Amino acid sequence: MIPYLLCFILFLVGLYGVITRRNLVKIAISLSVMEFSIFLFFALIGYVDGGYAPIVDPANPVKTYVDPLPQAMVLTAIVIGLATTAMLMAVIIRIYRKYGTFDIREIKNLRG
Amino acid sequence: MEIAISIITGLMILGALYAIHARDLLSAVIACGIVGYGLVICFLLLKAPDLAIVQIVVETISLIIMVAVVLDSSRDELFSRPDTQGYVSAVTAILLIVVLFYFFKISIETLDTFGKSTLRMAEHYIEGATARTGSANLVTGVVFDFRGYDTLGEATVLVTAVLGILTILRIKGKK
Amino acid sequence: MKGMTVIVKKTTQLIAGLVFLYGIYIIIHGHLTPGGGFAGGVIIAGAFILLILANGSDFMKLTKEEMGSTMYENLAILVVTFLAVSGLLLGAKTFFLNWLPKGNLGELVSAGILPLYNIFVGIEVAASILSIFLALVIFKEEMSE
Repeated sequence: MIPYLLCFILFLVGLYGVITRRNLVKIAISLSVMEFSIFLFFALIGYVDGGYAPIVDPANPVKTYVDPLPQAMVLTAIVIGLATTAMLMAVIIRIYRKYGTFDIREIKNLRG
Repeated sequence: MEIAISIITGLMILGALYAIHARDLLSAVIACGIVGYGLVICFLLLKAPDLAIVQIVVETISLIIMVAVVLDSSRDELFSRPDTQGYVSAVTAILLIVVLFYFFKISIETLDTFGKSTLRMAEHYIEGATARTGSANLVTGVVFDFRGYDTLGEATVLVTAVLGILTILRIKGKK
Repeated sequence: MKGMTVIVKKTTQLIAGLVFLYGIYIIIHGHLTPGGGFAGGVIIAGAFILLILANGSDFMKLTKEEMGSTMYENLAILVVTFLAVSGLLLGAKTFFLNWLPKGNLGELVSAGILPLYNIFVGIEVAASILSIFLALVIFKEEMSE
């Protein structure tokens, strides 16, 4: 149970960062940390004790493999996470060019 | 195996805590790289080499984009005096963490112990996989043959994200 | 964006071709060893990003508005869709049918239609990430004038 508990604590650290920080780049970093904890949780679910990596060698066949289905889901999710982070960074660059600051309280008070 | 994964996850938690509280923005971005590369070692310990290769290259590209944003702007986080709105958000965060911990404690008892998972679809995917798809890599067989529709959706998400970024970062005015 | 010193330029001239070849190797052997289309595509994009970062932003005449990499990305995703729809027209009329002969396990030419999927998804991912990076570089160029 300890790997699951530590993975959940990583998620909570990311959530705390999103709620309490005032700087936009720190919010983007905390969102990225939350995504990493979800990938780790999926990889932890599919693990089998004494299993081998899911590549079949036709010379010597093996009985137990690690579950390949959560790995397929995480493979897709990693690339989508990159696209989302890149789009968030593009929006942050535009906001900095227009307002000159990264602080969300001052951007809220300026109003265009 | 549990001890090794627990140690590396503990180091990732320390790295994430430093990344949130760092004063300099460049140090915070590099500390985000600690979490990403620690995840690569965790994937190798959990017998998932496909995921390790993808995560290490994607983390490098993501760090390049973040450093490009941070480098030519003001690199200090502004000095924040704790005022009433800061206290309200901190109390909200602590309340939310307590509520989520309660739900986590309820649901952790329904999960199997670590390492003895009994997912039903795993046997169906592994048994006839090499005969039905003909590929030696089981994860590629699942991604492109059994679950090809998800891969098509993911390629669509990438194309849409590129479309969005090209629209946001455009400064040609009307001539 | 200025380029870097002479040592970095010469080193990247030697290494970028090897990184590109490694990316092609990981894409083509996607059904035999770990890797596949996504990992290989990102590695190929990394080779191009290395060249742009080392030689400065007037390397591939980047101050033009048109970008050729978006054309490759759209063509590759169209070919993937056509390959998927071609299962509807032949055989058992299912989407994503694996209709080429499967061959022996462990050889390079085997597993039906899977190597073609790997190649075109790899081209699409590489072109996407290169387009994102080029948009960033061109934006910084035009803002600093």
